[in-house]
Amino acid sequence: MSTTTANRAPAAAAPFDVAARRAEFPALHQQVHGKPLVYLDSAATTQKPRAVIDAISRFYERDNANVHRGVHALSERATKAFEGARATVARFLNADPREVVFVRGATEAINLVAQSFGRPRLQAGDEVVVTTLEHHSNIVPWQLLAAATGARVVPAPIDDAGDLELAALERLLGPKVKLLAVTQVSNALGTVTPLEAVIALARARGIPVLVDGAQGAPHLGVDVKALGADFYAFSGHKLYGPTGIGVLWARREHLEAMPPWQGGGDMIRSVSFEKTTFNEVPYKFEAGTPDIAGAVGLAAALDYVAAIGLPAIAAHEAGLLREAEAALLAIPGVRLVGTPRQRAGVLSFLVGDIHPHDLATIVDRQGVAIRAGHHCAQPIMQRFKLAATARASFALYSTPADVEALVRALHAAIKLFS
Amino acid sequence: MSELTDLYQEVILDHGKKPRNFGPLEGATASAEGLNPLCGDHLILQVKVADGTVLEARFTGTGCAISRASASVMTGLVKGKTAAEVEAMFQVFHALVTGGPGAHPDLEALGKLAVFGGVHEFPTRVKCASLAWHTLRSALQGTPITSTE
Repeated sequence: MSTTTANRAPAAAAPFDVAARRAEFPALHQQVHGKPLVYLDSAATTQKPRAVIDAISRFYERDNANVHRGVHALSERATKAFEGARATVARFLNADPREVVFVRGATEAINLVAQSFGRPRLQAGDEVVVTTLEHHSNIVPWQLLAAATGARVVPAPIDDAGDLELAALERLLGPKVKLLAVTQVSNALGTVTPLEAVIALARARGIPVLVDGAQGAPHLGVDVKALGADFYAFSGHKLYGPTGIGVLWARREHLEAMPPWQGGGDMIRSVSFEKTTFNEVPYKFEAGTPDIAGAVGLAAALDYVAAIGLPAIAAHEAGLLREAEAALLAIPGVRLVGTPRQRAGVLSFLVGDIHPHDLATIVDRQGVAIRAGHHCAQPIMQRFKLAATARASFALYSTPADVEALVRALHAAIKLFS
Repeated sequence: MSELTDLYQEVILDHGKKPRNFGPLEGATASAEGLNPLCGDHLILQVKVADGTVLEARFTGTGCAISRASASVMTGLVKGKTAAEVEAMFQVFHALVTGGPGAHPDLEALGKLAVFGGVHEFPTRVKCASLAWHTLRSALQGTPITSTE
């Protein structure tokens, strides 16, 4: 364990003490437009606990050096912190650290897989199946790949509740399909996908599966050994960590077989103009100086979450989601978009015929931060024949008081537009 | 709330709910499509121009109250105006929504546009208010698709 990630995380408290946890997030304690901030945009990015902010500061104040090359003390400490962070990520995923590739975020992880795994394998006429629930970051990289190879991106449908249509997905998984890309949780609707069933369908046909865990990891976590997927991507900043750092987990045999996707320092063993040999995995995929402080911050975030316990966080958030759902539906004219069998993190809704963008502006002036728009998931909007929704999203620090403030702010919007 | 009521003035709420000149334009001589990728607003603007003068302008599409009201007010104001006059009005409007009423010395020139005087307090909404104008300029210049991004 590196010194920089060994933060004094909060002692696990039962029952979950949301007031104590909130106190650990400096950004939550401020006023906006003269009102206390009510932050309900955690699906876009979470706020950061003091432990994460301090870990990053400490790294820069004490351990900052480049990794994997210097023989001096600081370089040794920085390398230890960076590789310690990789080990922390591996524990979070239940993975081998050699299967953990540091990237900028889930988007870069998916692009890496598309270019390094997909590109050499795909030929004209092949298919990549993606679900209609995907964020643009799990659609566009496959479209780029398709454009380069002559393959096709095939969307798997969802029903009116916002759940995957498993029977239709199964029919789509034909012999031309070379990869299935599926999210763990929809960022626009909150749908938790039945990953076990989805992955079983794909594996029975020998189709590799990429899981986008950007929204799932913060609420559900993951055990990649139990999951049975081939790739899992997540972002640090949606999990209480800093922006600019994320993780690609991939099965070792894939990483060994995949060519590097970027060249540079750190990813090589030796370079000459006659022959360059690449470093071993995962370094083969980490060209250039990595985001060392970002990795340290991510590890601090994972330690923080582990100390509280993801099950406790999930239970708190699930209870709050139920409360929020009931409170929103009690407002005349409110309609939920997406009523999936299982939900995590997110409520998407409409209020009468008030445009979500107007709604977000009005509630912002009450201090309430929500998201309005297509949530980088335009195929979902097209599926529901909508241009936009309003979205409230929750994290471990969200409270019933946040929900009450949202409800009050929505009433103010209705009044203004009546 | 005062900034909010500056933004959502009665006139804006009214035009947002019941936009004027809304619907397709028969015999349009030019059209353009406006997109705001940030919020998914989508506007199709059609104009009938003869001898350099806008005879009629209508719009369809989806958008927030601000963008609909802006399109509604604008399509009324530009009737009978030359392209040069439309451009001058746009400059006044642009100064107003980015800098506020103080940014334009000639309040008379604002006319009906003065209702958008509260927009400048909401930097994220300037694009909503401007979308119709950018789209109109594209139509008059013969550029079929315009985007606020």
